[in-house]
Amino acid sequence: MLIFVLKRLAFAVPTILLLIVFSFLLMHLAPGGPFTSERALAPEILANLEAKYGLDQPLYKQILIYLKGVVLHFDFGPSFTYKDRSVNEILGQGFPITLTYGSIAFVFAVLSGVSLGILAAIYHNSFFDYLAVGISIGAQVLPNFVMAPILVLVFTLLLGWLPGGGWEYDDPKYIIMPVVALATSFMASIARITRSSMLEVMNSDFIRTARAKGLPMRHIILHHAFKPAMLPVVSYLGPTFVSMITGSVVIDMFFSTGGMGLYFVNAALNRDYSVMMGITILVGVLTIIFSLLVDILYAWIDPKIRY
Amino acid sequence: MNTKSVLTTVFGASLLFAGLADAKMMNGEILAKEQVFTYRLLDDIKSFDPQINSSVQGSGLIRDMFEGLMNEDIQGGLIPGAATGYTLSDDKLTYTFTLRDAKWSNGDTVTANNFVYAWRRLVDPKTASEYAWYMELMGVKNAKKVVKGEVAPDQLGVRAVDDKTFEVILDNALPYFPSMTVHGSTFPVLQSVVEKHGEDWTKPGNMVGNGAYVLTEYRPGEKVVRERNPLYWDNENTIINKTIAVIINDENQALTRYLAGEVDKTDIPAGQYPRLSKKYPKQAYSYPRSCSYIYWFNIGEKGPKALKDVRVRKALSYAINREIVTDRILQGGQYQSYNFAHQKTAGFDLPEIDYAGWTQKQRDAKAVALLAEAGYGPNNPLALTLNYNTSDDHKKIAIAVSQFWKKTLGVKLTLANNEWKIHTTKQQSGDYEVSRYAWCGDYNEASTYLDLLTSYSGHNVSGYSSKEYDRLMAESKTMKDPSANYAKAEALLAEAMPFAPIYQYTGVVMLKENLRGWPVENLMQNWYSRALYMVEKK
Repeated sequence: MLIFVLKRLAFAVPTILLLIVFSFLLMHLAPGGPFTSERALAPEILANLEAKYGLDQPLYKQILIYLKGVVLHFDFGPSFTYKDRSVNEILGQGFPITLTYGSIAFVFAVLSGVSLGILAAIYHNSFFDYLAVGISIGAQVLPNFVMAPILVLVFTLLLGWLPGGGWEYDDPKYIIMPVVALATSFMASIARITRSSMLEVMNSDFIRTARAKGLPMRHIILHHAFKPAMLPVVSYLGPTFVSMITGSVVIDMFFSTGGMGLYFVNAALNRDYSVMMGITILVGVLTIIFSLLVDILYAWIDPKIRY
Repeated sequence: MNTKSVLTTVFGASLLFAGLADAKMMNGEILAKEQVFTYRLLDDIKSFDPQINSSVQGSGLIRDMFEGLMNEDIQGGLIPGAATGYTLSDDKLTYTFTLRDAKWSNGDTVTANNFVYAWRRLVDPKTASEYAWYMELMGVKNAKKVVKGEVAPDQLGVRAVDDKTFEVILDNALPYFPSMTVHGSTFPVLQSVVEKHGEDWTKPGNMVGNGAYVLTEYRPGEKVVRERNPLYWDNENTIINKTIAVIINDENQALTRYLAGEVDKTDIPAGQYPRLSKKYPKQAYSYPRSCSYIYWFNIGEKGPKALKDVRVRKALSYAINREIVTDRILQGGQYQSYNFAHQKTAGFDLPEIDYAGWTQKQRDAKAVALLAEAGYGPNNPLALTLNYNTSDDHKKIAIAVSQFWKKTLGVKLTLANNEWKIHTTKQQSGDYEVSRYAWCGDYNEASTYLDLLTSYSGHNVSGYSSKEYDRLMAESKTMKDPSANYAKAEALLAEAMPFAPIYQYTGVVMLKENLRGWPVENLMQNWYSRALYMVEKK
């Protein structure tokens, strides 16, 4: 197991490097640049800007300079759009916010989705099952950009209970609506995957044996059915967690949280190369770490899996 | 009446008077106890640095935290700012500004050297400011050479005669030069602060300004807070204590939060003005805003053959039913446009444009005739592509125009929607046939629009080039009253039709009923927090 983990981590380094190079090249392929604007810049002004930000160098030199900055100084460069700030500052301020509401939303979605799915599977074809499936389809039809305005309409305008936006780490008033809006559609998917996975496990031979042996249902579910049923769910949760903690552009847009998701999308639209690269690297690293964690979790869940 | 009741009455009356005297009044209304103004921003601020900022939203903040030579009053007229006045030399090339006694927010005195430093900084290639061209536009001596790196920044035509006297030397006379000093990129900055903190000098706590407010809090993506600067020279007359800018990207969300009382000003989402002005007549406003919306025709080398024929261009422009665009699609009080410069620009007399006075039926008839003359019709249909950047409004207008052109002229118009950077890149490289565009004025004078169509303007993407037009615009800079030349220039444009004008903008906003002082008559929408105040809610 240890060798497996070390091998994976060793592979991570060239993977990230490849990611950087490819993203760099793709970014520069897109027409337009960070300084393309309605007021066509005079060539001399454009030249000054490109010199200041190193864009006048050949691409391979730009990549090398960038890599040197990242690896040696952990410096991801200045933002081309937000001229007073560096990428480190932007990520340092935005990522913790997204991480906070993303993690809380994740926990909420997992707990509610898994419970809903398990109960629906156990009480298969009962009213509760239909209700659960109905809720999960309904939640899927209410993506976050529909939920967000509805939540604000109800809780800010009509009831006046919650503020319509803003962010405070320690004040739940600001965290509730972003969490609910973000978690809803994920909860739906998790519930559906859990339910179908649980149904499959409940119909398998070893469960039938357990029931034949006369074991109580609760014992069967918790000690025999739960772990194998979680396998497909866990593989869904890995990338889901990463996407929830790195970028819900809609949540950031609608709740003015200052989180990272909006920067990601705006960086692409603004051709803000350094911010795009910084966030891409962050997402890449997180994806690698959490895929590894998911694989380790697999080994724990399923004794047949050994690395 | 006994002594006790007399004393009680006198005591009670004195309390009453004391209370009334305490309640501050302005223009006959009682001021609200809390003087906080909260408003909606569409996007996060790109920079707080006056010489670096290039967005309109940033300019609102910068006007509160710094002060330039001149300011604008509530109607948009020019009034003294950091300068009490100026004199102009006989050859009209040298402006000498006298600075008033004023302090920076850290106690330093505002001196002419602060302006010299800032203006040099704007054109210094090392600063790489996107607005360096503004100094070239102002015609300051050597501006272009400094930007190009041909001479050092200290060769720029600015000088501190003494601490209170700032001198500017122009390459050519410019009658509206003083009104250009209202723009944020010309605001002074303190050299010591910029050099001490470097890139971090605009952070709250580091930033030092000479404006009525200081930056106290900045939460990126969320809000910006600025509070009263007690050292501002006119602090006595400042009423608003705190201004909060809340960043709300989605305009419908912003409207919901406005109605919930979280912001005092927001922009009305497209198409909602009629409904909101009926429901909230005292809060919904529509007033002129200096921007002009057009469709460029590419008459340059890469443009389609059809558009090289002026009859085709005129036909296309005539066939657009602008009334439908402004009254049915936009519905925000926008102006139908048959020319380029915004008709509410100061000193600009809207010239008589022939097709502006016809009925749409007449325009359509003329359009069909012209197009037929040019050789296009049912047997030889005209096919074109219209580029526009992603936005619901642009899409609606594009669809409407494609219908006008199809029904009246049988034109087959393909709509091409591109994300903004791609759209702009194509436009600037001449890779388009018809392209949606809007130009907003930088200062309140018609040349901010009309200069665009000169052959030497870097923004002229259509390929339009006319010696007579160039001559008219060059001459206008030296005339006492350039209106005649402007009228002739617009007439030339209407004859050559390098673009189809569509509409001219209005600002469509919701303002809380108890807010006073919003400059609805200021075409440039240069607003200052210190000119606003809140009255007690009834």
